Amino acid sequence: MLEAITTFMNAYGWNLLATIFFSLLMLVGLLLIIAYLLLMDRKVWAAVQMRRGPNVVGPFGLFQSFADLLKFVFKEPVIPAGADKTVFLLAPLATSVFALASWAVIPVNEGSFFGLAEGRWVISDMNVGVLYLLAISSLGVYGIIMGGWASNSKYPFMGALRSAAQMVSYEVSIGFVIICVLLLVGSLNLTDIVNAQKTGVGTSLGLPNSLLDWYWLALFPMFVIFFVSALAETNRPPFDLVEAESELVAGFMVEYGSTPYLLYMLGEYVAITTMCAMTTIFFLGGWLPPLDVWWLNWVPGIIWFLFKVVFVFFLFAMAKAMVPRYRYDQLMRLGWKVFLPLSLLAVVATASWLHFTGGAP
Amino acid sequence: MTTAFFFYLFAILAVASGAMVVFAKNPVHAVLFLILTFFNAAGLFVLLGAEFLAMLLVVVYVGAVAVLFLFVVMMLDVDFAELKAGLIKNAPVGLLVGGVVLAELVALVAFHGITVSPGRAAAVATPEGVTNTQAIGQLLYTKYVYFFQGAGMVLLVAMIGAIVLTLRHRENVKRQSVAAQVARGPATGVEVVKVPSGGFDIPPATKPEAAE
Repeated sequence: MLEAITTFMNAYGWNLLATIFFSLLMLVGLLLIIAYLLLMDRKVWAAVQMRRGPNVVGPFGLFQSFADLLKFVFKEPVIPAGADKTVFLLAPLATSVFALASWAVIPVNEGSFFGLAEGRWVISDMNVGVLYLLAISSLGVYGIIMGGWASNSKYPFMGALRSAAQMVSYEVSIGFVIICVLLLVGSLNLTDIVNAQKTGVGTSLGLPNSLLDWYWLALFPMFVIFFVSALAETNRPPFDLVEAESELVAGFMVEYGSTPYLLYMLGEYVAITTMCAMTTIFFLGGWLPPLDVWWLNWVPGIIWFLFKVVFVFFLFAMAKAMVPRYRYDQLMRLGWKVFLPLSLLAVVATASWLHFTGGAP
Repeated sequence: MTTAFFFYLFAILAVASGAMVVFAKNPVHAVLFLILTFFNAAGLFVLLGAEFLAMLLVVVYVGAVAVLFLFVVMMLDVDFAELKAGLIKNAPVGLLVGGVVLAELVALVAFHGITVSPGRAAAVATPEGVTNTQAIGQLLYTKYVYFFQGAGMVLLVAMIGAIVLTLRHRENVKRQSVAAQVARGPATGVEVVKVPSGGFDIPPATKPEAAE
């Protein structure tokens, strides 16, 4: 019996245990970071409007997110009488689970976790990581549609309909932008994508391993399109028509309160952080240091990765604070008539450039 | 052992949720079960070593097709009692189609036997050093390139057809021209009028309302 257990553990067990351990580590780390990104979002927003923002719970309001968490958890969940109960409760769960699932393939650093044999900085270093990310991020729309429909109420339904159209539209241009990056890299593996950014424009300009090598410079228009599409895909302002409070009260979340609402909020912020991480990996060189000098190389890759994610999130927060909300027809126009042709053209241009200069990997 | 376990898990869930698509009373629930079926089919693809197809299945079918499907079904004004009444009427047709498919499957197994078992599936994966993304790409863009392009043309024609059928230019609708708005500057947008002092009557339309 003991022998059987040992054989099993050697075959699957340690790998399984390591996967569970690193998944938990990733989730806890991610949720802690998101608690503070939420606070940062509100602080940046407040600073732009010359307010103080949350400053009561803890020093500088540092524990505000945890106070909010407790507040939501201890509230009474209310389910509307006309609602489809199962789908109503399933929807926020789907949102947060799908959002968290995408972090299974995101590499936060290269190599082994502190030199451990089973250690890793990415839970699953799969060959089709990019497709997995696309697949999972396209599922986020289900939480919103299901919630909007199951609420059996007008405003949530309008919000759900808007979101279905909006998220499907902007996914297309995100896909094309990612194809541009993939053409340059020649691999669907996220670790390979970051490593490919060690050489590029900067190297040809005489600054190897620098921030000029990263794809934000080589594919600058794509970087802008990706950023704006990411705002639309995650329903962030100026594209938050799904929950436009001036028109739809709170959109698909009108009937939600307590823990289900908390799960929606969590899912939304995890999706935003995922988009920041995707921007970091595709355009900002992941865990690579910005310049090839010893004291920047000495800083661990995870720190660089976090720094870049927080930087992109800062851009998200500034966009929320500064840009007025789009009108719905303008949103659709931007997605289908501006970004789709532009990104399609960029795919053709990148592919032809690679073909005629012989640079295809 | 784990492969077999996951095969049976995905297979049973796929068949069960497939059955629920048919038996669910609420059409929206049926679509949600359909999505679950797609997921389990994607899981089976992963077990076969075809992770590219699995992800594509999720991206295309779950991420786009099923969303539009759900979108349409949600908008339908369905009377559930009427739906139930149709069940008896349409049952013979459904049973006939199901029977034909079942007969085909039985015939296939009877004449060819089951050639793919969960254990064998992994052994027929692509050769070492070639990911199945590359393998599919090489096959699709060399040997089957005309079929691939042909399929693309069929989809394009279908898309144009759908647009032609639904596009209506409504009359008397004000449309926004962004280019015209952006091009509008002080020279075209503002008119400066020299008004002689004392000799000007306020036109009645813009006269301020008297306080009530």
